[in-house]
Amino acid sequence: MGYHRPADLGTALEILSGQAPRLIAGGTDLFPAIEGPLQGEILDLTAIPELQGIRHTERGWRFGAAVKWAEIAAADLPPCFAALQQAARRIGGIQIQNSATLAGNLCNASPAADGVPPLQVLDAAIETASRSGSRMLPLAEFITGPRKTALKDGEMVIAVHVADRSAAGASAFEKLGARAHLVISIAMAAARVVLDGGRIARAAVSIGACSPVARRMPDFEAALAGAPASDLERLRPVLAQEAAARLSPLDDVRASAGYRTEMAVEITLRAVARAIGEAGETGDTGNAEGDCHGG
Amino acid sequence: MADDGAMRASARLIVNGEAHLISAPPGRRLSEVLREDLGLRGTKLGCDAGDCGACTVLLEGRPVCACLVPLAQAEGREILTVEGLAQSGLEHLRRAFLAHGAAQCGICTPGMLMAAAALLHKNPHPTREEAAEALGGVLCRCTGYAKIIEAVCRANDPPARAESPEAGAAVGAGIERLDGRAKVDGSESYGADHVPEGVLMVRAIRSPHHHARFSFGDLEGWRKARPGIALVLTAADIPGRNRFGVIPAFADQPVLAEGEALFRGEAVALVVGEAEAVANFRAEDFPIAWEPLAAITDPAEALREGADLIHGERPGNILTKGRVCQGDPQAALAASAHLAAGEIETAFVEHAPIEPEAGVAWLEGEGEAPRLVIRACTQAPGMDRAECASILALPEERIRIITAATGGGFGTKLDLSVQPLIGLAALRTGRPCRMVYSRRESMASTTKRHPARMRARIGCDGAGRLTGMIFEGDFNTGAYASWGPTVAGRVPVHASGPYRVPHYRAEARAIHTHGPPSGAFRGFGVPQATIMQEVLFDDLALACGMDRLAFRLQNAMRDGDSTRTGQRLEAVGIRACLEALQAPWEAALAACREWNAARGRRRRGMGVASCWYGCGNTALPNPSTIRAGLTADGRLCLHQGAPDIGQGANTVIPQIFADALGLPVAQIELIGPDTALTPDAGKTSASRQTYVTGKAAMLCGQALRAMILRRLNLGEGARLSLEGGRIIAREGASEASLDPAQLPPGPWGYVLAAEESYDPPTTPLDENGQGAPYAVYGYGAQMAEVEVDMGTGQVRVRHIHAAHDLGRVINPILAEGQIEGGIAQGLGLALMEEYIPGRTENLHDYLIPTTGDMPRITPILIERPDPEGPFGARGLGEHVLIPTAPAILNAIRHASGARITRLPALPHRVLAAIREAGG
Repeated sequence: MGYHRPADLGTALEILSGQAPRLIAGGTDLFPAIEGPLQGEILDLTAIPELQGIRHTERGWRFGAAVKWAEIAAADLPPCFAALQQAARRIGGIQIQNSATLAGNLCNASPAADGVPPLQVLDAAIETASRSGSRMLPLAEFITGPRKTALKDGEMVIAVHVADRSAAGASAFEKLGARAHLVISIAMAAARVVLDGGRIARAAVSIGACSPVARRMPDFEAALAGAPASDLERLRPVLAQEAAARLSPLDDVRASAGYRTEMAVEITLRAVARAIGEAGETGDTGNAEGDCHGG
Repeated sequence: MADDGAMRASARLIVNGEAHLISAPPGRRLSEVLREDLGLRGTKLGCDAGDCGACTVLLEGRPVCACLVPLAQAEGREILTVEGLAQSGLEHLRRAFLAHGAAQCGICTPGMLMAAAALLHKNPHPTREEAAEALGGVLCRCTGYAKIIEAVCRANDPPARAESPEAGAAVGAGIERLDGRAKVDGSESYGADHVPEGVLMVRAIRSPHHHARFSFGDLEGWRKARPGIALVLTAADIPGRNRFGVIPAFADQPVLAEGEALFRGEAVALVVGEAEAVANFRAEDFPIAWEPLAAITDPAEALREGADLIHGERPGNILTKGRVCQGDPQAALAASAHLAAGEIETAFVEHAPIEPEAGVAWLEGEGEAPRLVIRACTQAPGMDRAECASILALPEERIRIITAATGGGFGTKLDLSVQPLIGLAALRTGRPCRMVYSRRESMASTTKRHPARMRARIGCDGAGRLTGMIFEGDFNTGAYASWGPTVAGRVPVHASGPYRVPHYRAEARAIHTHGPPSGAFRGFGVPQATIMQEVLFDDLALACGMDRLAFRLQNAMRDGDSTRTGQRLEAVGIRACLEALQAPWEAALAACREWNAARGRRRRGMGVASCWYGCGNTALPNPSTIRAGLTADGRLCLHQGAPDIGQGANTVIPQIFADALGLPVAQIELIGPDTALTPDAGKTSASRQTYVTGKAAMLCGQALRAMILRRLNLGEGARLSLEGGRIIAREGASEASLDPAQLPPGPWGYVLAAEESYDPPTTPLDENGQGAPYAVYGYGAQMAEVEVDMGTGQVRVRHIHAAHDLGRVINPILAEGQIEGGIAQGLGLALMEEYIPGRTENLHDYLIPTTGDMPRITPILIERPDPEGPFGARGLGEHVLIPTAPAILNAIRHASGARITRLPALPHRVLAAIREAGG
């Protein structure tokens, strides 16, 4: 039997360790990559209850690996997840969002994966499992390069976790493409801010599609911390300098490298501004402990 | 090697409320299961990659792309397809699609309907924005989405009872498409949808290189090692002439390449066999050795002194040149008060019909000489037959071409694709043979819009009157001729636009490269040339301080003016089109000024551009023939051979015929297109069907009417009706009736029949391009309002007003649909479409507009009857996209200062141009 669709995690890990199958969840990356039928050993992850559901636990927020982007878009989540939800609505069309999964987007490890920057600004951690046990690793260590992850043979993603400390403030996602729907990003950015009165208490910023893996901007984040929420333009040079240093965009059919670097700055500032607007509106002043989960 | 993934298992599916037990591999795509295992071919395939949404079905009520769902994930779950819409209470959605003209070619319609169904279940009265969002995952290449969104928003409104027009009232009525019902209920049969018993599949082996030599290994050994593979065919197996091309004098393209492939995607061999075996073999295993050779990809390289010749008999790699010359343009420019000059470069543009090429061929009839039937999507069944006859060494009467419902074409389905391949396979195997191009294969192997490099200089006097123009354009025609000569010929005739240019010289060259063959694409090069001309007109208007619309009006041709080819024209419609824009232009300019006064990040601007376009072949015969007859049992049959690729010939031709005859259009029984049943109505190309075939239909209707009235001894004024199988004629107080059952059978088995032809009266062009190349021209003008994000260079088109002179509007709903769809393609040309061989061979790297990219469109239909067209009608199909791109580019410049010299105007190019302009 070459196509396996187990209904429990144990069996899945058993198959995974034994037969080196190709994994399929939503199929939205796998099917386009093949012309013709799906052949060989296949492990289908969509019937495993442990990989499903979005819930808040004592450890924070847990998103099952096989949660679909449409579920994320429709979930009742606090404003810090707004960037993730906005990204969810821009991943392909509704048809794709109804099939494609959270972990699929991460494991496909495209430099232009729309899900990555919003999760980076949430300091997301990836829970993996194999027959020999499970481990948790930061998203930054999980995606190691274009189309590369830290997954070992026999290991798969179980869930994505966001700790309560990071589930604070409000966030926003900006995507730049050459058309309205169904578009691979030229550049994208996610920003999350926690306000303290008229000032930014802390911020997280990530830029995608401009480097092999989406990048956080720690210098800019440090500059944002304590800055007045009303004067972002002043910090443009800080971001521009950091973007030039940390990003290594491609010249390709979608845009030139120079344009991408410049746009990374532009849309990041827009994302930060929108996140500030959201944080202001929700009255979220997210204290240092960041207990702001409403779900 | 055992292939476990292909092992069959049983799965239970609930499709449209009915349970099915399927025996198929669990990894099989749901789209294949529905279409091939359950025969539910209403679900269409456009890309097999989730990029186009044509295969959208509802899985537990949620829209998904069936091409991305493995059978295992659908097991035990409820699936709703287009065939099940009525039982799920959405018959009214289908009716709304029909009433609003939301289906053109109809290939995206099932996907649209299913995405809309999911929305309407939650939200019975969506806003336009909600509908656009919900349909954002389904691509349509015909409609520009306007009528689809309208139909979805109004699906739950009480239906307006559409009365079918009475006798004599069909022309001008916005009737539903006569072939529309099948498009909304999923029963329409496209190229890939007819599957005879015992069919074999055909798959092509294609060149992965732009230019390469190749040799085959042990083909027979390879075949024998693979059960289910029946045949491998190469150039050596072609019984006739291994050359094709739409213009016989230039036919240069091999059906299967002979030792050397000249472009990436060129077919070199065919594999024929059982479906699974043909789908499953690995292309890498096919015994062929490639030797890549140096490739010329840029026309400038091709023109370089000493460059290798792509076709030895074509010096300088120049396929053809076209030229139109009048007066002394050099002197006129030198004496001009104002001069504008510039260069513009455009890209390969892919037609991207949502239906990839597909068809099936079989043998019919017994004995020594069976007839080869080829049923495929096509724009040119008559040409298909002639070319296949030559390739397959058969007399034409032994080939029958049945035009399948064609899911969009826009010019690319004028050239042969699957036809000779499946024909050859069917002849060799004696079995039905079927071929369906993958999206990648379709994009790599079929024709493109010519990339153009154009230079022009235009002058005017101090009062803004045009003095002269010099235009030079090099068009990259790719590896084979296709329609390159037509582009080189049409461009110089049209490059002035519909304006008075007293001194003029325009030259165009079609230049070979190792690119995909550039062919016909809505406008044959005229859209590119118009960009050059209209952009420079803005420079001139600015230079002489004139309003840009006023500048165009002042220079627009008038009735009785002569063209640059010296042809005197009556009923010149351009002024009426420009005048119709005047009020909205002034209002929109004022609104832009007000918006921009806020000095925000987003700036708005307006642009305007015109078009003219000669309908029919350029100075060459292109007759159409229409036949109609009355059967002994009183049925009125119309043999309509003009391929309807979505533009509406199946509706418009009967409307014209009905009024010429004087019977209601609803009583017409439509036959064809099928070369065995319909006389040749020529190709669907050059905006010729409404005019040329329409005129033949008018003549045919008149002839049949005259025949009837003669028999009844009544005058021309009599009113006809067809009641209970009898023809009744009434004139004043007198009434007469004709019982067809009493008449002896005549030609084609009819008791009364007429067949009429029409060929546009044209004259050849001389060495200076002087002559009357077209008998009818159409005119239009469009104005675009855009918003430019000054920080990112992103452009959003907000509104387009499109005024087109149709001479006489045969069907306003279909005409508006043509306009909206043409604008979508013009917008794509302007802003996002760029085909790069080997790089953008799919619909996520090659971008066409989605619902969210389309502006509001206000069509303005103008009727200045043409003296030659049927009921005064002119062509429209290509005109509609010509002004769009230049209007958008002029609006971008007005908004932001950005002067775009390389298309498409992708955000990075716009931003760079804003910077260059100091913005």
